[in-house]
Amino acid sequence: MSQTTLTDRHVSFPEPETPKAAPRPNARRTAILKALGYSALTVFALLYLFPFIIQIGTSFKTDPDATANPLNPIPSNFTTAAYQQLFQQDFGLWFTNSVVVALFVTAGRVFFDSLAGYALARLRFRGRGAVTLAIVVTLAVPGVVLLIPKFLIIKQLGMYDTYSGMILPLVADAAGVFIMKNFFESIPVSLEEAAKLDGAGVFRTFWSVVLPVAKPALITITIIAFQSSWNELPHFLVSRASPETNTLTTGVAGLLTGALGAGNRYPLKLAAAVLMTIPVALMFFVFQKRIISGSLEGAVKE
Amino acid sequence: MRRGGSARASETRSGWLFVSPVIIVLGLFLVAPIVIAFWVSVSDWNGRGSPLSSGVSFVGADNYRQLLTEDSLTRSDFATSLRNNFYYVLIVVPIQTVLALALALLLNQRRLKGLSFFRTSYYFPSVTSSVAIASVFLFLFAGGGSVNALLGIFGIDGPQWFADPRGVLHIMLGWVGIGGGADGAGPAALTSRDFLGLTWWDWLSGPSVAMLTIIALVIWVSAGGYMLLFLAGLQNISADVYEAASIDGASRWRTMRSITIPLLRPTLFTVLTLGLIGTWQVFDQVYIMSKGNPGKTTLTPAFLSYDQSINNGQWGSGTAMSFVLFAIIIVFTAIQSLILRDRDSSTRGFFGRLRSQPVGAPPQHPTSTTGPTT
Repeated sequence: MSQTTLTDRHVSFPEPETPKAAPRPNARRTAILKALGYSALTVFALLYLFPFIIQIGTSFKTDPDATANPLNPIPSNFTTAAYQQLFQQDFGLWFTNSVVVALFVTAGRVFFDSLAGYALARLRFRGRGAVTLAIVVTLAVPGVVLLIPKFLIIKQLGMYDTYSGMILPLVADAAGVFIMKNFFESIPVSLEEAAKLDGAGVFRTFWSVVLPVAKPALITITIIAFQSSWNELPHFLVSRASPETNTLTTGVAGLLTGALGAGNRYPLKLAAAVLMTIPVALMFFVFQKRIISGSLEGAVKE
Repeated sequence: MRRGGSARASETRSGWLFVSPVIIVLGLFLVAPIVIAFWVSVSDWNGRGSPLSSGVSFVGADNYRQLLTEDSLTRSDFATSLRNNFYYVLIVVPIQTVLALALALLLNQRRLKGLSFFRTSYYFPSVTSSVAIASVFLFLFAGGGSVNALLGIFGIDGPQWFADPRGVLHIMLGWVGIGGGADGAGPAALTSRDFLGLTWWDWLSGPSVAMLTIIALVIWVSAGGYMLLFLAGLQNISADVYEAASIDGASRWRTMRSITIPLLRPTLFTVLTLGLIGTWQVFDQVYIMSKGNPGKTTLTPAFLSYDQSINNGQWGSGTAMSFVLFAIIIVFTAIQSLILRDRDSSTRGFFGRLRSQPVGAPPQHPTSTTGPTT
C-alpha cells in the first residue's frame, strides 16, 4: 500500500493545477485567449524544434546541398554518406568509450550514493551531522573552478589518460546522495525494524529490504548519472589526452574545431551530433515524466 | 544493555563504512584538488614533475600580484576575459530568467490541453549534450548558415557571426557619434586611461558579435531548465489564492502582478542564483565554438584558466585565475542574496540551491543537516 503511494509520488507529474474558476460569461474572449495561448506555445515550440529538424535533415545532405540550402531541412538528394564517413573515422571507438564510462559511472553512483544516502538518513553514528554538512558544502563548489585542480590530482595519482582517471572522479556525487537520503527519510521505518527483528545485518537490511522499495529514486539517479556522464565534456578534457581515450564529447568537439581540415563538412558534424543525442533522447522520451519530476524534486519541497 | 551497546557500535561501523566511498571520492577529487591547486597558485611550479616535489618553492602571492597588478599580456587577457564574461552574464541572466518565466506561465494556463508536448520540446535541449547543441549552432550561425538565410529573406545582410570581433556597444556608440564605430579608435578621453591593462574604451565594448551566438545558444538551452523550476513554483501556489482573487474581481494582469509574481519570489531567487553561478562558469561553448576567438572577444576566465595552464604551461597564473573566478562567483552570489533575500524564506536551502545547473541534478534541500550525534 505505502509502496504504491511512494511510486505514484515519483512517477506522476501533475498537469498544471486548474483552479476551479467560475465559468466566464464571455465565451468568445476565452476562445480568443485560448487561441493566443496556443499560438504562443507553438511559436516557441518551432523555435525549440526547428534547430533539431535542421540538424537531422542536414545530416542526410551532401556538403554542397547543406551550404546551398541552409534553411530547408529536406535534402535535395538524400544520402547517408555523412554517417558512413563517421564510422570510417574513430566514431565507433568514441561511442564505445562513452558507453563504458557512462555505464561504470552510473553503476558507481547508484550504488555509492544510495549507500551513503541510507547511512545519512537512517543509521545513527557519531559524526553523521558533520559528514552531512561536509557533503552539502561540496555542492557549493563551482565545477569549472575545479578543472585544473582535477587535472593536477589525476596526474599526481598516475591516473592520467586512463579509464580509471576518467571514471573514478565521477563515481559519486553529492546531489545524488541527497536525492537518496531524502527518499529514504520518506519511507516508513517499520520495514527495516521487521528485518532487524529477524536478525538481518545492516547491509542485508539495506540491500534486500530497503533498496527494492527505493526503485523510483534509483531510477531517477540512474537517469541523471547516465545523462550527465554521457554529456560530460570538461572532465574528459583534463583527465585524458590520447586519441584512444576520446569519448563522444571530446571526439566530436575535435571534429567541430576543424581537426578535419578542408571544407565545412556540416553533414558530417551534424550526423555526429544526431548520433550522440540518440541514447539520451531515447531515455528522455521513455522516462520523461520521471526526469522532469526528478529535476523538480528539490524545488517542490520548498 | 550490552546488546544495545554493541548494536550501536555496529551501526557506527556500518555508518562510516557506507559513507566512506562517497567521502573518499569527494575528498580525493574535490577537496584535495583544491588544496593542491591553491598550493600551485602560490608556488613557482612550471608544470614539470610533481607540484609537490621538493624543487618547487613557495612564492607567496606573486602569481596573484602578477595577474592583477603587473602590466603583461596575461593580465590584459584576464581583464579581457572578465569583461567578456561580465557582458555575457549581464545579458544572459535577465533574458533566460524572463524567457523561462514566460514559458512556465504559458504552460501553466488552465483550459489548455496537450501541454506536455510543449513542455517536452522546451526542456529537451537541457538534456542534450553541449557538444551536439554547439554543432547545430555552428551551422545555424555560419556565414552562409540558416540564420543569415533567414535574415536574407527580410533583406538583411547578416554578419559573419563567428568571425566578427566588433563590440556591440562600440557599434551602438558609433551610431550616436562616439568613437569611430567598432573599427575606429575610441575618444581619447577613454583610450588614454586604463584599468587592469585594458583601456576604458575597451571595457565599454559590450559583447562582440561572435559572443552573441554563444549568448543566444545558452539562453535557448537553459531557459527550458529554469522553466521547470518556475513551473514547480507556480504549482505550489494554492488554487485558493486565485479563487479569492477572482471573487474579488481581480483582472488577469492584476492577479499576475499581485499574486503570482510575489509568490514566485523564492523560485526567482533560486533561478537568478543558479543563473549567475552558471553563467560565470561558461566553458563548454567557448571551448567548442570559438576557443576565445575572434580577437579574444569570447575569452572567458574559465576557458582562459584552462588554456593558460594546459596549453601554455603557465600553471601559477592559470590556477590563480581559477581562484579569482571562484571569489568572483562567491562575491556576486553573496551580493545577489543580500539584495534579493526573501525575508520569509529560510536560508537553510541555500547550499542546495547553489548546485550548478538544474539540467540533471536537482537542487536538493537537505532538511536535517543536524542529525542526532550520540
